[in-house]
Amino acid sequence: MKPVNEALAKSFGLNAEEYAKVLTIMGRTPSFTELGIFSVMWSEHCSYKSSRVWLKTLPTKAPWVIHGPGENAGVIDIGEGLAAIFKMESHNHPSFIEPYQGAATGVGGILRDVFTMGARPIANLNALRFGDPKLPVTKRVVDGVVRGIGGYGNCVGVPTVGGEVNFHPAYNGNPLVNAMTVGIAAQDKIFLSAAAGIGNPVVYVGSKTGRDGIHGATMASTEFDANSAEKRPTVQVGDPFTEKLLIEACLELMQTDAIVAIQDMGAAGLTSSSVEMAGKGGVGIELNLDTVPQRETGMSAYEMMLSESQERMLLVLKPERSEMARAIIEKWDLDYAIIGKITDTGRIVITHKGVVEADIELAPLSDEAPLYHRPYASAAKPAPLGETHDPVGFEAALLKLMACPDIASRRWIFDQYDSTVGGQTVKRPAQADAAIVRLDGTNRALAITTDCTPRYCAADAQAGGAQAVAEAWRNITATGALPLAVTDNMNFGNPEKPEIMGQFVDAIKGMAAACTALDFPVVSGNVSLYNETEGKGILPTPAIGAVGVIEDASLATGLAIAPGQQLILIGDTKGALGQSLWLREILGREDGAPPEVNLLNERENGDFVREHILSGAVQACHDLSDGGLAIALVEMALAGATGLTLHPSPEHIPAHAYWFGEDQARYILAVANPTPILTAAHAAGIPARHIGHTGGNSLTLTGVNPISLATLRDAHEGFFPNWFA
Amino acid sequence: MLATGILIFPGINRERDMAMAVEQSFGKAPRMIWHKETDLTGLDLIIIPGGFSFGDYLRCGAMAAHSPVMQGVKAHAARGGYVLGVCNGFQILTEAGLLPGALLRNAGLRFLSMDTMLRVERNDTIFTAHYQKGQVFRAPLAHGDGNYTADPATLDRLEGEGLVAFRYADENRNGSARAIAGIYSPNHRILGLMPHPEDLVDPLMGGSDGKPLFDSLAAA
Repeated sequence: MKPVNEALAKSFGLNAEEYAKVLTIMGRTPSFTELGIFSVMWSEHCSYKSSRVWLKTLPTKAPWVIHGPGENAGVIDIGEGLAAIFKMESHNHPSFIEPYQGAATGVGGILRDVFTMGARPIANLNALRFGDPKLPVTKRVVDGVVRGIGGYGNCVGVPTVGGEVNFHPAYNGNPLVNAMTVGIAAQDKIFLSAAAGIGNPVVYVGSKTGRDGIHGATMASTEFDANSAEKRPTVQVGDPFTEKLLIEACLELMQTDAIVAIQDMGAAGLTSSSVEMAGKGGVGIELNLDTVPQRETGMSAYEMMLSESQERMLLVLKPERSEMARAIIEKWDLDYAIIGKITDTGRIVITHKGVVEADIELAPLSDEAPLYHRPYASAAKPAPLGETHDPVGFEAALLKLMACPDIASRRWIFDQYDSTVGGQTVKRPAQADAAIVRLDGTNRALAITTDCTPRYCAADAQAGGAQAVAEAWRNITATGALPLAVTDNMNFGNPEKPEIMGQFVDAIKGMAAACTALDFPVVSGNVSLYNETEGKGILPTPAIGAVGVIEDASLATGLAIAPGQQLILIGDTKGALGQSLWLREILGREDGAPPEVNLLNERENGDFVREHILSGAVQACHDLSDGGLAIALVEMALAGATGLTLHPSPEHIPAHAYWFGEDQARYILAVANPTPILTAAHAAGIPARHIGHTGGNSLTLTGVNPISLATLRDAHEGFFPNWFA
Repeated sequence: MLATGILIFPGINRERDMAMAVEQSFGKAPRMIWHKETDLTGLDLIIIPGGFSFGDYLRCGAMAAHSPVMQGVKAHAARGGYVLGVCNGFQILTEAGLLPGALLRNAGLRFLSMDTMLRVERNDTIFTAHYQKGQVFRAPLAHGDGNYTADPATLDRLEGEGLVAFRYADENRNGSARAIAGIYSPNHRILGLMPHPEDLVDPLMGGSDGKPLFDSLAAA
């Protein structure tokens, strides 16, 4: 074993200053295992040392928030005594190194964060960002990630109901895999991680520990270089079958009163779970590693403490219930081992083969964890886009945009994910702006979405951060549900570069403003930094996952139009083409300012739309986002296999800016009778405009040859199947 | 009313969907049966639901087929009891030798999750009385290994003896021989099929095309 010194600390990811702090806390040179524990607990991934000061500025409170950030996942009140428990988490670095297992274990990890709190998982979503589709590596990564998500999610029997996908060369070496799980629990049966009860047994449940994933958290806290493939051994291997057993076993055990505290072993495995549980409870913990179930022989204390073997949980039980608990766990063919006990020492003490391998005071391990106020520099606001001219016309632009990788149908992806298991999926992928999943035994449903527009964030991180929150809020609103809370997954480059830190800070500011204006608190989240390869960072990507509730699931509204409906556009259209997909796909430009996010308009327009959906007056609804009005209309037409006839664009806006501009706070409503809604909108000061009607088999617009639905469908559905043909 | 039980193997994941569909039509919750039970007397109908029993790690359904509870299922079948196997349940029935043939990897080598259309080949069985013969109905697919195969003589026999229960009526996505989606035992008391009628029994979830199957059983 190598000598413990500053050089070893550096190889573990601790800088000289951090290592000096370790020496001060320990009052001696730490053991190899102790250094390993410090290095993972103080890694960016576990300590949030670069982001913490800014995350604290996000609004996290509302009357319906039961547990905000700080627990394994956020918990909100969704009525009828039920709680929704949810979080989104990244598995970016592993997914590039080994796409299938990286994505699969991402799903597994986020599931555990949710069921560890007592919730049965009812929905998975995933927000994915990939590199240039022209590169062979992108195809390999997409294929592996999609198979990995499906392979894990399908097997555990949790429906994968939604998500999003973007492509951009900035993700060539750093794809993003952000997985979100939503679960349901009774509000009086929520389990937390703070250990308590001196002498209580510490119990290990789940898979055996192997050498996989050692130092995964540290790997996730550094940039990639040309040798990243050598990091493959740091990627974990998932076993969804064991996860399924673990879900059922834990939920069964949670029906008893045996559990004092519970936490999954995620990043940094046994180290972070034991340190965090004892730390939160203000107690000490003693572990005897001889008793840890092991898959391999000859593992050292260091390897066991840092292993990220999957599908493992750490529990503190009431001693008199431990045999009953053992019976339940072993019924599910899982390992059950008492590996230690809670103490009153305030220290973590690890013994292995009779030797004390680590003895660390817990308070300074967390309280004195590095906390950086990193220097940051905001980028200059981009100049507004000047006038643009349309070189191709409506039809060519529409067909090109419908077929482009960022808008093309995601059917090829979601057709590989089981979206119906559970029997509660009211709106499946692409049927509505948010997935709708009913709560068993009630008429209620959750509306769930993930959103972010990274190209907006790259141009103006503050506007982009606000837009991501606003779009998530809008997508939930467009189904008729009331948006309740947010989980954020902050994906950025190297925070030690002031311009990257500036993106992070600005995105947080934008998100905070939007969350406040929309009563949409952040209840959980995850930060993934150092998404850089050879010095090049990703687009700033603050992915937002969000949950809303609709009291009567039968009122949940989808995209599909039917013949004989009138189309109303809600919200103001200025023709914002800065950073739009039209600009990129038609003119080959990625410039200008992103669309303005007016939070007051968002709120007013959205509240108006939701009120009318819940009154039963709206047959279909779709928010406007990538590609603007024309794209949204065609998506509604294809979803309903119904054509539409559109009024010409108004004179004060160039036609291409009207049809493809990405102005925010807008929705299309399909209604039987437009007059009452137009009248109500006028009275409320909400911009509303009758833009056409539905019927037939084509898109009809004065001055343009009718475009058949078949042509539009071929364009829209072609990209993924052709790519993977 | 048929006394009904649903088997639970480790890794099965559609047992709650199945129980809801049964309860909706039967007005009574089925008995949930752990895979280590062996005494299934008193039951009229045993349902093996979908999922990934034992992770499907050896071969889909292979390990479940050798579970203790399957001795009880075989005895039940020998007594002329009714058995319904859906998806992994169908795979388990073929692995247990209660239905002929096998389910291979889907032709396209990818998991398939979408609705398919099924044609009812006969409506004079206990499972299909509430459908019309030749009726086409919608059912969700959700499987990686649904490519039904058997030797030509067996396929000829299944078709010749009226043992094909359902065929894919729109697109044979998984590549099944002769577009077979479900088959009966010779006495028509055992049915195995790949798609999931139990996930389409409520208009709120997009339709109730699968409900007649459960209504048929409820009326038996």
